[in-house]
Amino acid sequence: MKCKRQLSGMIFEWTARSFTLISMIALITILGVLFLKGSQVITWEFLTSEPLDGMTRGGIFPAIFGTISVTLLMIILALPLGVASAIYLVEYAGTGFLARTIRAAVNNLAGVPSIVFGLFGVGFFILFLGRNIDKVLQTGLLFGQPAMLWAAATLSILVLPVVIVSTEEAIRAVPLSHREAAYALGATKFQVISRVVLPQSLPGILTGAILSVSRGAGETAPILFTGCAYFLPRLPVVTIPYLNIPMINPLDQFMELSYHLFIMATQSIDAQATRPIQYGTAFVLITLTFLLNLSAISLRIYFRRRHKRR
Amino acid sequence: MNYSLSDEIKLPPPSSREVAGLSLRNVDLRETSRRRLKLKVQEFFIEKFLFLNGLTSIIIIALIFIFLFKEGVKAFTEIKPFQFIGTHIINFSGQEVFAYIWQPVGEQGKYSLAPLVLGSLLVAIPATVIATILGVGSGVYLAEIASRRRREWMKPVIELLAGIPTVIIGFLCLSFLGTAVQNLFHTSFRLNAFVGALGVSLVIVPVIATITDDTIRAIPDDLREAAYALGATRWETIWKVLIPAGISGITASIILGMGRALGETMIVLMATGNAALVTLDIFSSVRTMTATIAAELGAVAQGSAQYYALFLVGATIFTFTFFLNLIAEVVINRMREKLKL
Repeated sequence: MKCKRQLSGMIFEWTARSFTLISMIALITILGVLFLKGSQVITWEFLTSEPLDGMTRGGIFPAIFGTISVTLLMIILALPLGVASAIYLVEYAGTGFLARTIRAAVNNLAGVPSIVFGLFGVGFFILFLGRNIDKVLQTGLLFGQPAMLWAAATLSILVLPVVIVSTEEAIRAVPLSHREAAYALGATKFQVISRVVLPQSLPGILTGAILSVSRGAGETAPILFTGCAYFLPRLPVVTIPYLNIPMINPLDQFMELSYHLFIMATQSIDAQATRPIQYGTAFVLITLTFLLNLSAISLRIYFRRRHKRR
Repeated sequence: MNYSLSDEIKLPPPSSREVAGLSLRNVDLRETSRRRLKLKVQEFFIEKFLFLNGLTSIIIIALIFIFLFKEGVKAFTEIKPFQFIGTHIINFSGQEVFAYIWQPVGEQGKYSLAPLVLGSLLVAIPATVIATILGVGSGVYLAEIASRRRREWMKPVIELLAGIPTVIIGFLCLSFLGTAVQNLFHTSFRLNAFVGALGVSLVIVPVIATITDDTIRAIPDDLREAAYALGATRWETIWKVLIPAGISGITASIILGMGRALGETMIVLMATGNAALVTLDIFSSVRTMTATIAAELGAVAQGSAQYYALFLVGATIFTFTFFLNLIAEVVINRMREKLKL
């Protein structure tokens, strides 16, 4: 009797173990396939040249450039908003009805399908906001069309929950005694926040920022219609008049790694022949996001350990 | 004389009168109150500013609601509501039949939502089932069976699975998994709902696994100890005590996973073949609601019937996932109160 119970226990435990293994094997297979097939394609030339011959040869430099610029613009938009939002939630909102509503909204925002953000980007940012800016500024059709600015704005509301939740966690981790000590010295609430709480939660906020950059770089659906281009013969760069400094042009369209991969895999002239380019693009994309993720995870572990030791 | 927080305060030795009461001999009272007032005004505006920022999430959710439904409702002025179910068409043998067709391009657009909703479910349900089996199994393993050291590196690895861009999973389904599944099951479509479901399940396994793990680890040790004291084996403790105790958290994770599966776009767009068929065959090519928007919005004229119909589809998905998320949130909050986390 006892033997039978133990045997069935063993069987079930091994089943649970094998399920874990299956998930991990899936991850390893994905990484392995991408690494094996992708690393053969990666050369310096592939990374630094433009697509050639109707995108059947050449490199992916414009896509790398576009990905980096759009995620930079995204985090510039999302970080201040998310951090301020989190400060309000932790330090001011308390536990009342409003705080609970905001928290529910943040959770719900995190669960909104990415394609819905894409629709929202078209309906709100481009057709409503952009067209109305054009009307007010008399700029013809400058803002009311797909552009990097709108893609970045759409992505920024997608990553807003990531920023808010990680900042909240970081702010909460600051011990109450530090706050009380500052109050005892006569500091006002905002002085406490800006000089005691924020400096201590900076690593956590940074982790959140890195995670959201990685998330934003990998998303495709929100930018499908808000600013991505199939192919652009130029980089989205503009020279500032009089100063002669080149700057990313947020009103231009751009090429993006994940969109490039999608287009090459589904709508290329010859999807079979361009497979190497597809694997190369996928490899660059996953390396980018994984390096970001790994640095965020190790940063978090490092600061948690340091925090515990104190 | 001004005092700031960092200055070392040097006062003459206090007289007995000063010790007894509070003396402000060296402080200019008017100056202090002026500074106080300035700080108070500053604090007031900062709080209001942060308050406005705090509202952004609510405002954005509200705007999404408004803009999706504003455009979606216009579909009803262009298309008769009944047409969203199906249309009467004349088939090849000349009979008039009622058909469920999504075919917005053409002389007379056909806007039946039936194949799209069915397609979404045909991907989302199998994906959720696969991910539930794998995810709950992994969660239980991580929480109760794995040693602490193993758990510490295994959990981040499973979480990394959620960090893979979905377009890459879609690409691998398209280039690799589709052929493998076809060779294995001899399906007539290389890209079908099952391939999509496999891809989507990879994305939601981490969701289910991490929430299950968190839930089970949050269960107080008393329950475990009581079960062991009664002579239960580890597995009996898990199966008969811990899983029933954490069932609401596990359910919530499955609901959340289902929401993710319904809203997933890139994987299904690339892996399911995108033929809008009305079918219950899991090995048939299907087209989901999300993929329809992604495939058609780029080429549609703004203000056309199809444009509004796509927003209506978007509003439908949004409503689906909104309520799934809401249910999951309520379930998790209830559990938190019950376990007093």
